Amino acid sequence: MSASATSAESTSFAARINHPAARALIERHRLRWWEVLPWIAAIAGYFIFPGYLGFGTELLVAILFALSLDLALGYAGIITLGHAAFFGAGAYTVGMLADHGVWSEPITGLMLAALVAAIVGLLSGLVLLRTRGLTLLMLTICSMALLEQAANMAHDYTGGFDGLPNLPITPIFGVFNFNPLYNNTQYLYALAVLLACFVFVRTLVYSPFGQSLTGIRENLLRMHAVGAPVRRRLIICYTLSAAIAGIAGGLWAQVNAYVNLSSLDLDRAATVLIVLILGGYGRLYGAFVGAVVYLALEHFLARIYPTAWQLGLGILLVFIALFARNGILGLGEALWRRYGGRHKPSAPS
Amino acid sequence: MDFATDLAGIVLGGLSAGTVLFVVSVGLSVTMGLMGFVNLAHGAFAMFGGYVIVLAMNRANIDFVPALALGFVVTAALSVVLERLLYRRLYRAGELDQVLFTIGLIFIFIAGITIAVGPESQTLELPPALGGQFNLGFTHYRTYSIFLIVVGLVIAFGIWLVFERTRIGAQIRATVDNRRMAESLGINVDRLFTITFAFGSGMAALGGGLGAEFLGLDPQYALKYLVYFLIAVSVGGLGSVLGVYYAALLIGVLDFALKLYLPKGGTIFIYVLTILLLLWRPQGLLGRKET
Repeated sequence: MSASATSAESTSFAARINHPAARALIERHRLRWWEVLPWIAAIAGYFIFPGYLGFGTELLVAILFALSLDLALGYAGIITLGHAAFFGAGAYTVGMLADHGVWSEPITGLMLAALVAAIVGLLSGLVLLRTRGLTLLMLTICSMALLEQAANMAHDYTGGFDGLPNLPITPIFGVFNFNPLYNNTQYLYALAVLLACFVFVRTLVYSPFGQSLTGIRENLLRMHAVGAPVRRRLIICYTLSAAIAGIAGGLWAQVNAYVNLSSLDLDRAATVLIVLILGGYGRLYGAFVGAVVYLALEHFLARIYPTAWQLGLGILLVFIALFARNGILGLGEALWRRYGGRHKPSAPS
Repeated sequence: MDFATDLAGIVLGGLSAGTVLFVVSVGLSVTMGLMGFVNLAHGAFAMFGGYVIVLAMNRANIDFVPALALGFVVTAALSVVLERLLYRRLYRAGELDQVLFTIGLIFIFIAGITIAVGPESQTLELPPALGGQFNLGFTHYRTYSIFLIVVGLVIAFGIWLVFERTRIGAQIRATVDNRRMAESLGINVDRLFTITFAFGSGMAALGGGLGAEFLGLDPQYALKYLVYFLIAVSVGGLGSVLGVYYAALLIGVLDFALKLYLPKGGTIFIYVLTILLLLWRPQGLLGRKET
């Protein structure tokens, strides 16, 4: 270790920059050719499967929600089972504003959803992120259940158990209407929102801020030791993650034109966790892979064989937890390293 | 008079519901405290045990008390198999893997029971001796509730006695406090894990059977009451038997009082109180501070 360090110091700058570790660090955040593939696939899907655009929209919302969780859980290592709290906060913001005739413009609606979810995330983060482990897990579940109960109680504003159906959402830019029968507008709108949020998250995780989040996840003590403001960074990360989850929730409410308690329940929080882990967390594209696989299986299997679907999902989760802790992308990477060509340097574990 | 009846209803009903909560959760508390394992599937063991007990009574005409014993034994045996084969591989894994694994187990249990028994709710017929009303002098109350409260007291005292006065109890306490030190002293921690896991799952089964009469029993049971079990454990304090007992009784009484006086979503206060308490004491009421 020390021998290689001294030899690196004595060699020239060019040799040092060609060191594999240096190359890996320099190239880590570079855009790769395959990163355009998901977007090409999404646009191609629009033309190839016009009959499945409703499903496609649902998929895009799920990806966005899982992406928000990836920021908190995958990068900062905040283990939460209450992320639906922010999804629901965003969904109810859009829903309540539209239903009571206050605000029904979609794009600014999403911004408001993000703002409200961010406030919820900031307030809960200030309080919850003081704890760790099981206590944190419990507190996230409890605060989500709290919001769900509050939404259930405030019947006059939230519609209670029945939720708010038939939300009047005005056309985008006053032109493109949300037609409940044809999901073309919804699909493209959701795709645009996802792209914008993805660019933001990608930039964030490769920024120094994002790197310090990974540091906190990997070695909390060392980050404290080097003087990183750990708690502040975690709270900021949690707030941003909440804001994106809020956008996902707002989007969900807009494209479906309804909002109900299912946006806030444990089921949704568990599902998004499963989607992210299935794809592989802490690697941005895990959200994409996980959502496609999970929703496709659910869409085609769950309707026909609901019980077999649940059994299969259970077995799959047990299998992932025991043998494939980095999800599908992690499995693919391991296979690639073993049988594929050159060594791939950037692999967050 | 009316208020006295209300009060008796809240206290006795709450204590009996709290007892069931305690019997189910105590195993979860001990295994979580001992192994640091986030076992969300604990409610699934309670459900499984409940089904064994109810089916034994309804289909095989076994009496209530022997059926409870059968449920305890069968569930404990199943949990030993699962612990040996699967759980122990994840003791050193992160919480995330444990959460995922146990959610997967919950799904398997729910689907398995739906396939084997059916999605409909099962009903438990109490033996005639436990049905009806019991005269307390100042008021009448359901005999079964009184029975539950007494059973809960006996179980809590029994477990406390084992914890405080026996060799294995001392070993468990030592391992909860400092696992490495306990191992160094020659305590067979592996065996301790298996024994407590089996016992905890058996207790969950007992709780599933005892509570089936008023909580109902359907395949969603494992998820429906999970949050309550987790609240009881984290409020009481991991690894603390008396802590869970007090927490469960408190939650039971509070729940009954809130349902009576604030029928619309009074449970919100339970969540608020849980959050406040965990912020004040992250280790729970009687839990030991993390080192």
